[in-house]
Amino acid sequence: MADDMMTIHLKVWRQAGPDKQGRFENYTVEKVNPHMSFLEMLDVVNETLIHDGEEPIEFDSDCREGICGTCGFVINGQAHGEERGTTVCQLHMRSFSDGETIVVEPWRARAFPVIKDLVVDRDSFDRIIAAGGYVSVGTGPKPDANSVKIGKDVSDKAFDAAACIGCGACVAACPNASAALFTGAKVSQLAMLPQGKPERGRRARRMVHQMQEEGFGNCSNIGECEAACPKEISIQNIAKMKREYLRAIFTDS
Amino acid sequence: MIPLKRALSSPTGRKFVMSISGIALVLFVIVHLLGNLTLYVPDGGETFNRYAAGFEAMGPFLYVIELGLLAVIVIHMTWGIATALKNRKARPEKYAESVDSKGGPSNLSLASKNMIVTGVALGIFLVVHIWHFRIRKVYVAETTEIDGNEHADLYALVHAAFSDPLWVAFYVGAMLFFGFHLRHGFWSALQSLGAMKPEWSKGIYALGFFVALVLTVGFMGIPLYIYFVG
Repeated sequence: MADDMMTIHLKVWRQAGPDKQGRFENYTVEKVNPHMSFLEMLDVVNETLIHDGEEPIEFDSDCREGICGTCGFVINGQAHGEERGTTVCQLHMRSFSDGETIVVEPWRARAFPVIKDLVVDRDSFDRIIAAGGYVSVGTGPKPDANSVKIGKDVSDKAFDAAACIGCGACVAACPNASAALFTGAKVSQLAMLPQGKPERGRRARRMVHQMQEEGFGNCSNIGECEAACPKEISIQNIAKMKREYLRAIFTDS
Repeated sequence: MIPLKRALSSPTGRKFVMSISGIALVLFVIVHLLGNLTLYVPDGGETFNRYAAGFEAMGPFLYVIELGLLAVIVIHMTWGIATALKNRKARPEKYAESVDSKGGPSNLSLASKNMIVTGVALGIFLVVHIWHFRIRKVYVAETTEIDGNEHADLYALVHAAFSDPLWVAFYVGAMLFFGFHLRHGFWSALQSLGAMKPEWSKGIYALGFFVALVLTVGFMGIPLYIYFVG
């Protein structure tokens, strides 16, 4: 096994706080097990930093199974790294080459201010969801099972849109820092389902306008978001959001 | 309902404005090329001058059309520039490592990344072009006879311009920008309007390339044809 160990050179963005000036720091990590995830490799770096009495590299992570959307940063200019359909916690060191220099930076967008190092504030996403990304439920008796019929094709499409984990890679990868894929996924998921339909107009209006308030850019249909999305959500959902918004311009519902 | 001002400035609404004005301009450009194809007729410019005389016959109505067209162009430019400025503000701190495409479904390309660059270049081209062939046409001295009536010899104006290699280079260069702008613009307009479904997406993207290629080659050929063939 020892022969397989790698040496990795890291160039990591270090920023002490939101209003502090950030800069890149260089680290050399030796004896990197190629089967480690990128985050486990950073854990090892942090162990060393803590041992040496230095501040560890701050990054977000939670499930480390690629399903929670907590982790994420830009590796060599790509959100979640070069591999498609993956998050950084599921990106393994074997996808890098021995002796490689890896540049690591946080998501960069006005709506995602840096909190510390690689951690950004993604509350803007929460506020977009809070603006309309929900279904208001009346608290009546529980309906009978299967009393609401949903076609398989519709439920599949809605499920594909619902796969969004809200990591922010779409914004990070977009040349305009637009949140259209994130917002579009939620708008179209709920607009397709009978439970979400009654509020579809209001939802499209409020979520699109909240996206604007947060200072995200405008979608230019470049599609880099879809390429960067760990859940590979299609920009068809953005087209669907456009239709929902167009409808909402003229209707009251 | 959404208030008009809000609808026209929201991230989605502003793209409706860009798309509709863009599609209108594509339609205009198709008609413009069809008319200009008369320049390829090797009859010393008679067909082209007849075509041009048709516009003169419109009288004041021509101004109405021209002002309408100008309004569409101004709207497209104003919204485009405002949107590009907003997009720039959305990422104040750039990435150290430039974000090249992750491939796959991405349409990131020279064309899609530089819509504002090709757009501004086309804006500058338009100012020169309108001065070159629209404003100067009023002062054309040469006349030609069509069905016994005296008409300005516009073919002579075009012919003189495209006998100059610098003008030929200018128009050919401008059409390259035009081609790149349309390559992304045509598809993007339909996607922004939501006029898209999964089965169409690839086809419309390919159609965008076809439209850009045909229009670019059609326009680019005119100065080259006149310069090399006469």
